[in-house]
Amino acid sequence: MSEPSDGLAENHGSRFDRLPATPAEREVAGRATREAVLDFWDERYGIDPSVFADYSFWEKGSRKLWAFRGAIDSPIAIESLGITFLRTRQEHWKPTTDAVQRFGRHATRNVLTLSREAARRFVAGEDQAIEWDGDWGYLIVAHDLAGEREPLGVGLYLHGELRSQIPKGRRRELEGVDVDEP
Amino acid sequence: MDVLSRYEPLIDDFAAFEAACERPLPSVVRVNGIKATPGRARTALDAEGIEHEPCGWHPGLLELDTDHPGRTWGAFHGWLHGQEEVSALPATVCDPEPGERVWAACAAPGGKDRNLGRLSALRFNAERLGVTSMAVTNRDARNYSLNPFDFDEFDRALCDVPCSCEGTIRKNPDAPEQWSLGYLDEIASTQEAILRRAIQTTRPGGTVVYSTCTFAPEENEAVLDRALDREDCSSGRASASIRACGEPSGSIPT
Ligand SMILES: C[S@@+](CC[C@H](N)C(=O)[O-])C[C@H]1O[C@@H](n2cnc3c(N)ncnc32)[C@H](O)[C@@H]1O
Repeated sequence: MSEPSDGLAENHGSRFDRLPATPAEREVAGRATREAVLDFWDERYGIDPSVFADYSFWEKGSRKLWAFRGAIDSPIAIESLGITFLRTRQEHWKPTTDAVQRFGRHATRNVLTLSREAARRFVAGEDQAIEWDGDWGYLIVAHDLAGEREPLGVGLYLHGELRSQIPKGRRRELEGVDVDEP
Repeated sequence: MDVLSRYEPLIDDFAAFEAACERPLPSVVRVNGIKATPGRARTALDAEGIEHEPCGWHPGLLELDTDHPGRTWGAFHGWLHGQEEVSALPATVCDPEPGERVWAACAAPGGKDRNLGRLSALRFNAERLGVTSMAVTNRDARNYSLNPFDFDEFDRALCDVPCSCEGTIRKNPDAPEQWSLGYLDEIASTQEAILRRAIQTTRPGGTVVYSTCTFAPEENEAVLDRALDREDCSSGRASASIRACGEPSGSIPT
């Protein structure tokens, strides 16, 4: 493995490394910081950093971040630690479906709420034309269920179209009766 | 050899036992308290027109009137997880306090062999349910090392060991077909090794729960007897009053 030119170590594929708190503490080139992760959720979705107060953030594999509720010594070579929650490989960071389902109910921005029928198509993995005059890019997609808004997953909104980002293994064909169709 | 006939001398009303083994399993889900309350989960089921009945002894267990509990909004959101009603027992007995460290020695779902497919199934379920406080390792529980971790004991352990699965006969009528006395011996020594390792890694005063889905005393009482003899521990008493939907109630000492 070659050293990156700035002399910092490379990211490791088989172990978890805790994210540095700030850029000044960074030891691996390009690794996200805890500060940047908290800013991302706050700026993009309005999720207050206090929501993550009890969580530590970890990297394993290429720019895939994990959220673990608790503290443990870093690095650690195990199979998994908490849940995968953010991909930082591309310019636009992308939350995972599981992270949005877990933390998305705290969001106050960039949440697109669908009708039941549109939600059904979304969880089946379909792309659909939807009117939305907010930001483009990765949105938290939700619907109203049992009296409250509930996040479904991540959608990519571009040019009037909502592209479902639900991974294949999580897609479902839900053809319920739905007596209280909103 | 008919696996269950071995139990005839042990069971008072053997005909009732056989009848119970033939009764089909109801479709039961557990409400995931991380993501929803039983009340909200039931409101969502109402909205989908799926009838549900609480299982009484456990506030988070619901019997559903559908053959496809996975095809519901609740399942998609990770509010519901399909499991057999009795599967809620070991965790109920283990009963950890917030902040405690629990070792699930055999956490991967399903069968007897250890393989990576089971590990991904475990991870998939945990992520869907939003379980953020879990660390997963791929190791043999019989000689489990705490090396990767910065602590050297657990508060509690749960050994849901691989077994001959006689008790899954209601779900899968052919379950006991590969059954043999030789297999019982072999699996019992694995079970004993896992249980003893769990006792060794649990702090003094901590709790270890042992569970199987089999009737075989070779895999239950005999394993406990040997572990109690050979390790520094004593058996505790816990009782969970389990009353299956529509069945008589009983109490399970551990
Ligand atoms: C009865 S299942 C556990 C089910 C799980 N607790 C659940 O609720 O879904 C037993 C599991 O133990 C695993 N196993 C078998 N031998 C093992 C060993 N030596 N160490 C750790 N796990 C083992 C099997 O792969 C199987 O997944």
